[in-house]
Formats: sequence, structure tokens, C-alpha cells
Amino acid sequence: MSLPAGIPLPWVLGLSGVLFLIGVTGVLVRRNAIIMFMSIELMLNAANLAFVGFARSMQSLDGQIFVFFVMTVAAAEVAVGLAIIVNLFRLRETVFVDEVDLLKG
Amino acid sequence: MTAALFLVLAALVVAGALMTILNRNPVASAMFLVLALVSLAGIYLLLHAEFLALVQVIVYAGAIMVLFLFVIMYLNLKTDIETGVQIALRRGVGWLLTAALGVMGFLLFRRMWGAGPPSTLVPPPDAGNTKAIGELLYTRYLFPFELTSLVLLAAIVGAIVIGQGRASGGSGR
Repeated sequence: MSLPAGIPLPWVLGLSGVLFLIGVTGVLVRRNAIIMFMSIELMLNAANLAFVGFARSMQSLDGQIFVFFVMTVAAAEVAVGLAIIVNLFRLRETVFVDEVDLLKG
Repeated sequence: MTAALFLVLAALVVAGALMTILNRNPVASAMFLVLALVSLAGIYLLLHAEFLALVQVIVYAGAIMVLFLFVIMYLNLKTDIETGVQIALRRGVGWLLTAALGVMGFLLFRRMWGAGPPSTLVPPPDAGNTKAIGELLYTRYLFPFELTSLVLLAAIVGAIVIGQGRASGGSGR
């Protein structure tokens, strides 16, 4: 089997799909809020990879600009989310999501 | 050559991501996530997104993962305890749903929905696309770019207010 000269778009999309699937699995399977948060990062990165792949395939830079914005939002999301987790830990002494099942503090 | 490198990096990404969600130790999880994200930066390089590759390393592997590690160590998390019938059941259901989603994605992919023709175009021999991205960012996408500063400001204020907690507060309530 000989390898192609460039990187075929379906390879990139396949990797993106696998990465997204792993992220979904992490959110479904784990109970630790921090690990679930990392899984969300994985899903965001899967979307970024698809953006970059399509941008390359269409010879356009707009997709890469989108990735830039996604990274900005991801950074903001991580800061706020980790603050919430720290606060949760202060209140409940746990980061396991199924031990936090009441809205009332 | 490029394709072989892509395969190696893709394997690293998938292995890092899998170890992230399978490892019981949160710190090890974070380190494997760094591996996955840095390998992804390598893939961005191969796809001629040089600027994004560097931003990926600086923002994700640098800033975001340091934040994660800082919180993990601040909370002093031990290895996760994952025993008991209910948790095992939940985990089983989770893996089942993953399998279903994987099969669905595979079927969609087989039909090539949205995949389009494979692109093996030879890239232009310039080094880096930072200039082009900068020009685009400050002309066509100037307004969204300025809006991101608002998003970041909101995140800063939100993180401080939330992280302050109730006990140490006194401001507001």
C-alpha cells in the first residue's frame, strides 16, 4: 500500500470524528468533573481539526480564523468552568458530578 | 512522507486522548491531554496552519493545561474511586452509547456525507501564514476579533466573581 502525496481530507475528518467520539465517551463514562471538562476540550479540538482540514481543502483561510475564535472561547470557558469547579469543591468537598444532584446549596 | 507523518501524529493524538479519559489519576490525564494537544499542533503544521499550530501550543498546552493542573493540585485530588454496581452500570451504558455513536459516524462517513473529494493539492512554498491570518483578522474579521476581547473580559470577571466563593465574599451580598 503506497501512501498519497498529501493528506487526504477524509483522513483528517476521520481523525476529527474519532477525537470527538473519545470526547463524548469521556463525558459519558467519567464522573470526575475535571476529566469531563478535559473531554469537552477534546471535542472542541476535534471541531478545530475539521475546520483546519476544510480550510486546507478549500484553499481558504477563513476556517483558520474560526479556529482562532474557537480557541479564544475555549480559553474563556476553561477559566469560568474551573472557577465553578473550585467553588463546587469548596461547598461540597467533591468533584464527582453524581454526588452533586441538588440545585440548592 | 507527509501522509506517514500524519499517521504517526494521528496515532499519538488518539492514544493521548484515550489515555486522558481512561486514566484514573487526574494529573496523568492532564499530561496525556497535553500529549494529544501538542500532537494536534503537529497535524496543524502538516495542514499548513502554522500560526494555529503555535497558538495551539501556547494557548492549549501552555495556558489552559497549566490552569487545569493548578486546579487539580489546588483541590488535592486523589485517584478516582470508581467502584459499585451503579457506577459500573452507568459506565456500561456510556460505552454502549459511544459504540452506537461510533457506528453512526462510521456509516455517515462511509457515505461520504460532506466529505467531498479528497484534496492532495501541493501547497505554495511559502513559510508560515501568520501574515495572511493577521491581515484577514484585522480587515474582514475586525469586528468579531474586537468582540472576543469582550468575551475574555466577561470570562475574567466571571472567574473572579465565581472563584471568590460565598464565605470570603462580603462584596455584593
